[in-house]
Amino acid sequence: MGHIEPKRAGLSRRNFIVATLTAAGGLAVGIALPGAAAPVAGSPWDDGADQPGEINAWIVIEPDDSIVIRVAQSEMGEGVFTSMPMIVAEELACDWTKVRAEYASAHRNIVQKGVYKNMLTGGSSAVRGSRTYLQQAGASARARLVEAAAKRWGVSSSECQVADSRITHTASGRSLTYGAVAGEAAKIVLAAEPTIKTPDQYTLLGKPMARLDTAVKINGEAIFGIDVRLPDMLYAAVVTCPVPGGTMKSYDAKAVQSLRGVHSVVPLPNGVAVVADRYWRAQRAALALPVEWDAGAAAGSNSAKFAEDYRNALKTGPFQNAKSTGDVAKALTQGDVIEALYEVPYLAHATMEPLNCTVHLRPDRLDIWMGTQAPDMTAGLGAKVAGLKPEQVFVHNCFLGGGFGRRAVNDELVQALAVAKTLDRPVKLVWSREEDMRHDRYRPQAAIAFKAAVGKDGMPIALHAQTAVGSIIQSLKPMLDLSVFIKGLEPLATEGLVNMPYAVSNLKVDVVLKNTHVPVMFWRSVGSSQNAFAVESFIDELAHRSGQDPYRFRRKLLEGKPEFVKVLDVLAEKSNWSQKMPAGKGRGIAIHESFGTIVGQVVEVAVDAKGVVKCERVVVVVDCGHVVNPRTVEMQMESGVIYGLTAALYDEITVKDGAIEQGNFDSYRMVKLADSPKIETHLALSGGTKWGGIGEPGTPPVAPALCNAIFAATGKRIRALPVKNTDLRGQA
Amino acid sequence: MIVLTVNGKRYELDIEPETPLLWVLRDEIGLTGTKYGCGIAQCGACTVHIDDQPVRSCSLSVADANGTSVTTIEGLSSDGSHPVQKAWLAEDVPQCGYCQSGQIMAAVALLKAIPKPTDAQIDETITNICRCGTYPRLRAAIHRAAETI
Repeated sequence: MGHIEPKRAGLSRRNFIVATLTAAGGLAVGIALPGAAAPVAGSPWDDGADQPGEINAWIVIEPDDSIVIRVAQSEMGEGVFTSMPMIVAEELACDWTKVRAEYASAHRNIVQKGVYKNMLTGGSSAVRGSRTYLQQAGASARARLVEAAAKRWGVSSSECQVADSRITHTASGRSLTYGAVAGEAAKIVLAAEPTIKTPDQYTLLGKPMARLDTAVKINGEAIFGIDVRLPDMLYAAVVTCPVPGGTMKSYDAKAVQSLRGVHSVVPLPNGVAVVADRYWRAQRAALALPVEWDAGAAAGSNSAKFAEDYRNALKTGPFQNAKSTGDVAKALTQGDVIEALYEVPYLAHATMEPLNCTVHLRPDRLDIWMGTQAPDMTAGLGAKVAGLKPEQVFVHNCFLGGGFGRRAVNDELVQALAVAKTLDRPVKLVWSREEDMRHDRYRPQAAIAFKAAVGKDGMPIALHAQTAVGSIIQSLKPMLDLSVFIKGLEPLATEGLVNMPYAVSNLKVDVVLKNTHVPVMFWRSVGSSQNAFAVESFIDELAHRSGQDPYRFRRKLLEGKPEFVKVLDVLAEKSNWSQKMPAGKGRGIAIHESFGTIVGQVVEVAVDAKGVVKCERVVVVVDCGHVVNPRTVEMQMESGVIYGLTAALYDEITVKDGAIEQGNFDSYRMVKLADSPKIETHLALSGGTKWGGIGEPGTPPVAPALCNAIFAATGKRIRALPVKNTDLRGQA
Repeated sequence: MIVLTVNGKRYELDIEPETPLLWVLRDEIGLTGTKYGCGIAQCGACTVHIDDQPVRSCSLSVADANGTSVTTIEGLSSDGSHPVQKAWLAEDVPQCGYCQSGQIMAAVALLKAIPKPTDAQIDETITNICRCGTYPRLRAAIHRAAETI
């Protein structure tokens, strides 16, 4: 029971009419089937694989007026299954209650040479990257539907109105639903593509809308990668070298071969996979399997040494200059010099769903079921590893049990394919929580030094920032060659530093790129996650140093930037900034722009006599220009705050004898409901041409606002994260 | 032979007695709404009810569940109409959704024990981990459900 069946099984027997209308808009309008009542199915992927040629675009209108809108980005909690259809529906003038969302097909995207444009979910780019062409797809469909109805009535389309999936010819009082003319609309060729709406014309975008995927996420129906069940499927568990980069020397398969359910033992370059008829049997055998490791050169390394190495790198370089304006060296001789060093640890993504991947590899076809942030890249990787062509690979993207960057690079797929090559059956490979935490690609460890020269008024006349940090681009090779996309000095290392908004005429940012054996990658908000902590802590230090209010101080330095000033002012108002806090409590402020969005936060903390920090309230003010779904913005701010707060308060990935020490939530602590602050989100939208991202920008300001609040409460300045490593007993 | 009643249906299982109940539910019976998150009873993604009590099924052997009646998220209601599910829908709680089966099962058990819980009682009882940070909405949904039960 519970095997996944194609949700449109038998479709080929039905009268399914689809026509491609425009390569530009990528629009298919067709007649499909009644059925599927929930706005999102439990298995959200498009099963075009069973019906080649049936789906190649964004919109399908069915005879019962249901509207399927395809989503090219991955649903990992950030809400694209709602926000992307809203963009299409804004132009389509359809009945929102009839809209259903499903994944666009990565296979289609490969075969049709990018019909879905960009399928990557990352960099908080979903709305920013695709809004224009999604609006165009919706507008194009609407125009064709109108023209089809007009043609049937023998009137001009300019005499027709549309609303709520209905075309009306006012003069004659006739009307038709979209479903009634969809088949004809599919054949219409427009003389010219319609112009898309401008934000002042929106009627749907900007309204808070309930998520379409909630119904399947409250009854167990939503299928995540780990839930995929196929007929005749085997399960695999893995153990890999505790030291990243180490290799597997030998193992004794005989020790587990006779355990119940064990099918086979498969060597991997850095570990061993045990295949069994049930996951738990595979996992039990994997843990019992004697394996000898070659830890390699990193075997003797530890975190204290890494921290020392990063600090030393700030003295020795070699530096690369990322930004230089004015004359910092000269300005540093002209005022009081203030210095501070900030340090941050490696961090794990710790998605709730451990990495997993189900594959069925056949001689001429590979099927992959998993949650991935880049299904077309997943197909490319699968093809490369399996020795197939990308068009022979079918990725069935599932719901993602968290992504945060981790599911952009599919290590688990490479392992699953190594196992699948030894089998003639599908196999589901699942990482234990311990494998997931110890074989992550982590947020880089870093040391960031700030030096400022301040004038008599306490305001900075020069800032010099130096960061020593791991290179994500270097670390990802050869798995993913980012140098193809990213040119020049690695921006992932300096984002948040080079674009700091403060008006300081002499500014210099230098970087030392330095990797250890610990792999690093994108972690929600990437470079801004550590650089905002350094910038916003240091600015706070400068303010306090000259006895100035941290909000007023920032405001003075941002005077020429009205968008920042607005966010700060709303923040001060909503947080009651000017009201004194009682003893033992403090309020801290931070503001940071990332992914095109400015987020300001005020954190309120209480620190008790035992030094326990409780984050009680976070006020968030957002300027993302325009908003698609205000509810999504609110949810993502809450999410970003708690993600950042968890890391700032508790978390560090540490290394001992080359191995990652933390393995589960007992050693890598999470903020829980009891630790969760009250969070209020306010919008301070600047509009204009700005469309900012939302998934990540809520995270960077939390750590500095928290530490600034702790300083306000205790007088103790925290310059190294996580907070738990600083003894705050008796400070408040 | 292990005998379990799951969501009202009886199962006779030939299985190692030390198998965690979680994997019996997911791989033997095919009820995948109950999730694996940590395997050490830390995160609560695997929460089910045994005879109406919340249990972290990753850390309970099927032998210890022998003869009991288990309710999973799939058995909470046939159509998502349980008051807690309705409150979850109204507050739009889930984001990625992975931990939500466990959160809902924990909340249902809380409301059975304490029909009108205070924030402090919610804090004390709901210790499930959510990496998306749905906590504010989850708390609101529990209060909302308490109003309707």
